[in-house]
Parts: sequence; C-alpha cells; structure tokens
Amino acid sequence: MIGPMIAHVLQANALLTAFAFVGLVMWLSAAISKYLTIGRIHGSAIAIMLGLALAFVGGAITGGKSGLADIPMLSGIGLMGGGMLRDFAIVATAFEVDVDKARNAGLVGALALCLGTVLPFMVGVAAAISFGYRDAVSLTTIGAGAITYIVGPVTGAALGASSAVIALSIATGVFKAVLVMIGTPLLARFVGLDNPRSAMVFGGLMGTVSGVSGGLAATDRRLVPYGALTATFHTGLGCLVAPSILYLIVRALVGA
Amino acid sequence: MTISGVALLAICTLLGAFLGDWLGAMLGVKANVGGVGIAMVMLIAARLWLARTKRLSSGLKFGVQFWGALYIPIVVAMAANQNVVSAMESGPLVLVAATAAVVVCFIAVAVFNRLGGPVETMDEIEAREALERELIT
Repeated sequence: MIGPMIAHVLQANALLTAFAFVGLVMWLSAAISKYLTIGRIHGSAIAIMLGLALAFVGGAITGGKSGLADIPMLSGIGLMGGGMLRDFAIVATAFEVDVDKARNAGLVGALALCLGTVLPFMVGVAAAISFGYRDAVSLTTIGAGAITYIVGPVTGAALGASSAVIALSIATGVFKAVLVMIGTPLLARFVGLDNPRSAMVFGGLMGTVSGVSGGLAATDRRLVPYGALTATFHTGLGCLVAPSILYLIVRALVGA
Repeated sequence: MTISGVALLAICTLLGAFLGDWLGAMLGVKANVGGVGIAMVMLIAARLWLARTKRLSSGLKFGVQFWGALYIPIVVAMAANQNVVSAMESGPLVLVAATAAVVVCFIAVAVFNRLGGPVETMDEIEAREALERELIT
C-alpha cells in the first residue's frame, strides 16, 4: 500500500523528483570529491560522470534511448535536463561575465581564447574522423565536446545530432576537464605557470572552468582568479562559434 | 522584482533561439546557428544597459543568478538523459579526443609563454609588494 503511494507521488511530481534526485547526486559527488580525491577532482566533474554512468544503467535496464528518463519514476530528469531548461540556465551564467575585467586580460588573453576554441575543436574532429564519423553534424558535435562539456551538447542540440553523439561529446569534455585538473600541477613547471599572464593564457587555452580552477588551485592558489578570468569566456565563445562558423567550415569541407 | 530577472532571461533566451533559427534558415542549414551564444551576448548587453541606467535591482539579479547557479545540476540531468549505451559502442574515441586536445593545449601554453619573454613571477610580485609596503611604513 505504502509503496505504490510513494511511487504515485514521485511520478505525479516528476520534475520535483528530478530536483531531489539530482540534488542527491550532487551531494554525493561533493562528498566523493572531498574525501576520495582530496578535492583534486572537482565535484561537478564527478557529478556529470555519475550522470553519464546512471544514464548507462537506465539505458541497460529499460533498453530505451533516453537514459534514466526512461524509468517512469525518473521521467522528470528528461524535463530538467531537456533543451529548454538547459539553454535557460547556460544563458544565465553569462550574467556574471565582467566586461571591464575582460579588458584586463587584453590581447594575449583574447588570442589564447581563440586558439583554445579552435585547437581542441580540430583535434576532436580529427579524432572523430579516425573513428569513422563522416557527417558534419556528428563531427562538429564531437569537436565541440573537446572544447568543453557544455559547448558539446549545446552544439549537438542546435544541430540536431543523435543522443549517442551528444553523450560522446559530453564524456569527451568531462574527461578533458579531469585531465586538466590532474595534469596541471604535474606540468606547471614545464609550461611556465608561475605568473598571472601565463595563468590567463592557460585559462583561455584550456577553457573548462572547473578544470582550470581545480588545476590551478592544486598548483598555486594565487593564480586561480587569473585563469578563471579568461576561462569564463570560453563556454560563451564556444557556444557562439561552434554551431555557427565552425559547423559551416566543417560542412563545407566534408559536405552535409 | 525577481520575476523581471527571470523574464529578462527568458526573453534573451527566446530571442537567441529565434535569431539562431533565422540565421540557420538564411544560411540554408537545418540548425540553430549560435542561438545560445547570441542570447548570452544579449544578456550581457542588457546587464550593462541596466547598470548604466541604474535599474539593476537586487531582485532582478537574483532572478537571473538563481538559474545560473542551477546550471551544473541541470547539466548533470542532461548527462543522465543521454543514450550512453550506444555511445559506448564508439569505444575509446572519448579517451583519444580528450587526451589529444589536452596535450595540444598544454604545448600551446608552453609555446605562448616562451614566446612572450620573461615576466614577473607570482613570488617576485609578492616580494616586490612586500618591499613597497615596508618602504611606505
């Protein structure tokens, strides 16, 4: 009697169930980040990896195509993570962008940002080609995932890529963020990360805010604001150019 | 009012989506061309204009920032929706693409810093600032 009643409440309030469920995942990820990785890997990266893992479990159980959202009780995840709320929340992050501070980053920061968008995109596209992808939409989406894990799905959704390709682009971006977090303290000396200017260049080139702030925090706490300054522009720039200029270039090269 | 922030955000997102679709139609591609990016640019412009005309109330800010703060949880929900089972069939593409991208970017950072010539390191800046403080006092 109690079981079906709980199930009914959860299903009838699907979006609220999703908020509670994702909140639990975020809390668990923060705990894993703090106790198992000593804060080395950012909680948000762990949460997204958990999300992908749960999508795998959901898909394996139901045989459906929408991950966890195919489980009736968790159908609200589909609405919460759907295109409407996703674009809404991502646009909202632009509100924090401080235009005056952007001027401080100057020409070097801008150049690093442009390279940081184009280089990983080219690498991502090349990797996708070598794995047999040939259509412009999939290539662009996977290339965009190599920019950041936000730019990938935003681009994929805008271009109408398949869910499997979008999943690949998210996973690529998350894995990149984790590599940056772990690799930065190890490679800091080699790349010359000991001054504010190099931190700004680093932030612009690496992009992923969670990766950059996590990596710089482990290298030298004082460098974090400089790296984050340029990195915060990365997602916006990527969302602007990946589904437009970069897609058109890829389409012109490989055909639709 | 909080709702004015939420409404501003919604208007920017809707306009961005419309302009992205329109741009796509103009260019002859069946896609939304840069809609999210266009919406972000409009939101930044709106914020600058509101701040200049002294209309940026704390309620309005809260209405936008609340949604900005929810973006990672929403991205987690989005990740949980994807067809990961069929993505796994692509095997190590994720590892190859991400690793290569990170390596290339690290090399670019190193090249950038070598080309830029020597600059004051963080330790030198702090030492200089400490010295300046001492001279003043």
